[in-house]
Amino acid sequence: MVSPILELTNINKSFGHVHANKNINLKINKGTIHGIIGENGAGKSTLMSIVFGLYQANSGTIKVNGKEINLRSPKDSIINGIGMVHQHFMLVENFTVLENIILGFEGELVFGKNLEKAKKDLKNLCDTYKLNIDLNSTISDLSVGFRQRVEILKSLYRGAEILILDEPTGVLTPQEVDELFKILRSLNEEGKTIVLITHKLIEIMDLTSEVSVMRQGEMVGHTKTKDTNKEQLAEMMVGRSVLLRLEKSQVKTGDVVFKVEDLTVKDDLDVIRVKNVNLNIRAGEILGLAGVTGNGQTELLEALSGIRKVESGEIYLDGKKVSDSQNFLDPRELKEKGLAHVPEDRQRMGLVTDFKAYENLIFGYHDQKPFSKSSILNHRDIIAHSKKIMEEYDVRPQSPNLITSNFSGGNQQKIILSRELNENPKVLLVGQPTRGVDIGAIEFIHQRLIDMRDRGAAILLVSVELDEVLSLSDRIVVMFDGKIVGEKENNNVTDRELGLLMAGVV
Amino acid sequence: MEFLSDIASLINSTLRISTPLVFAAMAGIFAERSGVIDFSLEGKMLMAAFVAAVGSYFLGNPWLGLLLAIIACVSLSMLHGFASVTYKGDQVVSCVAINILIIGLTTALAAAWFGQAGLTPTLNEDQRFLEVNLPFAESLRDVPILGTIYSDILSGHYIFVYLAYLTVPLVFWVVFKTSFGLRLRAVGENPSAVDTAGINVFAMRYKALAINGVLIAFAGAHLSTAVNANFFREMSAGRGYLALAAMIFGKWHPKTALVACLLFGFTDALQIRLQGVELPAIGEIPVQLIQALPYVLTVVLLAGFVGKAIAPNAIGQPYIKER
Amino acid sequence: MATVDKSKVPWWVSNLIVPLINLILALFVSGLFIFIAGENPFEAVRLIIYGSFGYIEGFAYTLYYTTNFIFTGLAFAVAFHCRLFNIGGEGQAYIGGLGVFLVAINFSFLPVPIVWLLAVMGAVVFGAAWAFIPAYLQATRGSHVVITTIMFNFIAASLMVFLLVDIIRDTTQMGPHTIALPEEQWFPSFEDFAALFGIKIRYSPLNISFLLAIAASVFVWFLVWKTRWGYEMRAVGHNTQAAIYAGISPYKNIIIAMCISGGLAGLLGVNEILGVHHKIVAGFPAGYGFTGIAVALMGRNHPIGIFPAAFLFGILYQGGSEVTFDMPNITRYMFVAVQGVIILFSGALENLFRPQIENFFVNRLNFKAKA
Repeated sequence: MVSPILELTNINKSFGHVHANKNINLKINKGTIHGIIGENGAGKSTLMSIVFGLYQANSGTIKVNGKEINLRSPKDSIINGIGMVHQHFMLVENFTVLENIILGFEGELVFGKNLEKAKKDLKNLCDTYKLNIDLNSTISDLSVGFRQRVEILKSLYRGAEILILDEPTGVLTPQEVDELFKILRSLNEEGKTIVLITHKLIEIMDLTSEVSVMRQGEMVGHTKTKDTNKEQLAEMMVGRSVLLRLEKSQVKTGDVVFKVEDLTVKDDLDVIRVKNVNLNIRAGEILGLAGVTGNGQTELLEALSGIRKVESGEIYLDGKKVSDSQNFLDPRELKEKGLAHVPEDRQRMGLVTDFKAYENLIFGYHDQKPFSKSSILNHRDIIAHSKKIMEEYDVRPQSPNLITSNFSGGNQQKIILSRELNENPKVLLVGQPTRGVDIGAIEFIHQRLIDMRDRGAAILLVSVELDEVLSLSDRIVVMFDGKIVGEKENNNVTDRELGLLMAGVV
Repeated sequence: MEFLSDIASLINSTLRISTPLVFAAMAGIFAERSGVIDFSLEGKMLMAAFVAAVGSYFLGNPWLGLLLAIIACVSLSMLHGFASVTYKGDQVVSCVAINILIIGLTTALAAAWFGQAGLTPTLNEDQRFLEVNLPFAESLRDVPILGTIYSDILSGHYIFVYLAYLTVPLVFWVVFKTSFGLRLRAVGENPSAVDTAGINVFAMRYKALAINGVLIAFAGAHLSTAVNANFFREMSAGRGYLALAAMIFGKWHPKTALVACLLFGFTDALQIRLQGVELPAIGEIPVQLIQALPYVLTVVLLAGFVGKAIAPNAIGQPYIKER
Repeated sequence: MATVDKSKVPWWVSNLIVPLINLILALFVSGLFIFIAGENPFEAVRLIIYGSFGYIEGFAYTLYYTTNFIFTGLAFAVAFHCRLFNIGGEGQAYIGGLGVFLVAINFSFLPVPIVWLLAVMGAVVFGAAWAFIPAYLQATRGSHVVITTIMFNFIAASLMVFLLVDIIRDTTQMGPHTIALPEEQWFPSFEDFAALFGIKIRYSPLNISFLLAIAASVFVWFLVWKTRWGYEMRAVGHNTQAAIYAGISPYKNIIIAMCISGGLAGLLGVNEILGVHHKIVAGFPAGYGFTGIAVALMGRNHPIGIFPAAFLFGILYQGGSEVTFDMPNITRYMFVAVQGVIILFSGALENLFRPQIENFFVNRLNFKAKA
């Protein structure tokens, strides 16, 4: 019998009125790769943040190597050999790799000898685990995959025996995932215990030896990975049997309604992020745009929706030129011409979270009749409209006067979606439609997008979730380093093929 | 020779006038590098001037006055931290509150304790800082050029002037060459990264604010116990804002902020010199307009500064740990 | 800190109870200051109440101050809805007064009501113009309006003193002020109204500008909550990125919000010049611009809140002058400090007890609902 290196008993955690973790019990055995699987919002990240000392549990005990410990801050966890690689990397962008790694563990007040020693130790660690990292490069110059390695190296340097990884593959290409798993296996062989948080069944089956399943804040099962299978885990995760593939009718495409020619776009720092991109989208099809985060998708979407200036090239809507480097329509004019946009980051862009729900439900359409007449807002019509579409899109709670930040992520997303779809756009640009959304809302949102397509809308779907692109799209293009590097009909393309394109290998 | 001594006296006044700006800009660097906006430099400087003058008057020793000013300014910094770091209030509102509070309180207390005019009593020689004459300043004066530089420009300043210019390399060293500086810069860029490294974000910000309080106290004491021998109402006259503008123009960096402070000091020295002077082609510029020169310069400098990206990434945002 | 389910907090708890408790805290601290200055705070409160309510002229003075604070409070609030800290109300009011005077003196050949209308427009245009440059620099260069508007206060003061000394001074008199406007242009005062009803009272500066202040409050309410422009300003203020996404121009809205703000501050000049001094006197904004910040924050940037907040500051000012008259140790600067404390408690520290108070009421209401 192996002894547990980490043992959690009756952990409870609430955020205000949300009970994120309910009476959680968990044993992680030394030297294992332990998977924790569950849907978005199941409470996995919260639980691991408690183990890492970032959040404090309301009740419950935590034991490391059989000894009960009190975790008041990450410092306590680090001392006890716990390291964590967060979903959003905890790196200072304008610092070097070295500065990021030694932060908090400088070992001396004034930089001098210890810095040299740190460098030597880190070189040794890199050699042992075959992490190929230049300590002097600045984080902002590194790719996502490299940043993740910096995070792993950081944990190792701080003496981690247990390494927790929170959704580490979400931002990687399939090939980068292979690399990561190789690293994790070699860490495991050196005796480290790995905890992998994920919502992807395949990763659990691939990598782990034991698995725990969470659902709605509760721990619903533990098992050895070899004793279970995908279907069984999926059912435990969701609480009912799920369709793993979406029902979709045969595509019936019409004319090209949205055309992009030779488009080049710069970002705020004047770096070219979109390079000579060409796209055609027909009425009644979903064009999926796959790619690793940060390869120009954000800038592309912003340029197509009129938020960002076009550097060169042209955009055509319904055969008419709407934007080039000289003249371009602003987002509102594009909306009037039938282009709707569900932005990638709903909190940052899609919503004013301090607004009431009804104010967000007309956001961007607020100057159109009947919402506004000669610049005076027509509250009665706005509220009536809000009630109607909140019901239609099942936004809960159905109170138009509630401040938007009080809605859950999924319902916030539905507010945006209902607003944008309600106008029956000819062209729909959608970025990360289901990021941070619970499973019920995901199914709902996917179904709505398919409905829109069947009604003849031309849809551009940008997502870093390869599964989402594969299950929704009729045609897939892959973006790498600002360029479109491949186009595939979505009938027998595999995620591996796309992965190679996403990594810029072919 | 007339021209040379003119230049020398202009540089001499520039160094003196820039002194409170330099202290304030360095104070601003600590607060803002840690992610806390500090528009309250103005109020703290005024508070220091008041406390230093009053303290020195009652205790008879300017150093004790300075010490009290430091305590007062650190307390105000802690108040700013309490409102904006711990209670996550709006940082700009907190600063505006402190500034207005101090403008009112200093003058009101000066009036209550020393009479209606809102002036503190004039300090005698024991109660104030005096000019420091560097060794051999008198005997070396006649050496050409170097003598002028040494005796007329470098010698004969208040102690704060020397301290201010020593503070700049010290701040540079602390911010860029020590682990404290590394953490300070990190906490203003990405507080989550600092938190997950096991460092207390709030404690870091409080420490930065404490240093901020100490430095700004020197600026105020310089005004009321060195260049002037008493406190009078609103004697900081916008210097806190000028210093902040200099710091922003200097991209939150001690060296470049110093240059900007000197530029302000020079403008101010120049405007004093230009008062009542008949300029060729323009004639005499009205004194009220000349006095506005540093303020106009501030606006121009800020307008010339482009690129918000250089500001610490997390500035102005309270750190919220739990969602 | 406890977190509360915001959707369950009744509006009157967040908008009445919490601000009231913050105000009480601020007044308590202010009492301490008066104590430190060597006077009895309770006696000061008695004097304040007597001075502001005790006799009709005193009450008229209170409303006169209220008028000024409504203008500057509204000014700050409009800009704040766009997340702009316009602390330049002082300078904008000063320049606004210049506008009033120049219009009134140059158009004195027109019928008086038209001159008044033009003078009000002059105040708005001049105040707005003085706010325009900081707004433009914020919108295009990212220069923080806090610094630029403060600088514009200093510049306005220098400019006005220059004008009053060298250009538009009444050369027959000693002080730095202009000649008086023709008497028929003076705003009807409260005494004139009272005289209509046969009541004879002594001088007070209260005049019909008070009604202008009420009208301005209605205008601001309508603008911010009932029009597309207000909606867009608030969107830019809360989330600039989202505004851009929705096709709302931050650039345009920053400039509009600041100009409206400056125009409202400029209206202070109407009260002071047409209503009270009838000429430009050096330094007439006398800190009203700064007080507007406290008024707006206490009134939660809503006209319905700004009115009582302005009235409260009217009481403090008028009652305060009674205090400074009777208590030699207290000067009007004490009441500047009080403003600072109020801004601190109702602005920066507004969350000090908010969660506890909201929790208390939510629990009580839950308890009642269950019972």
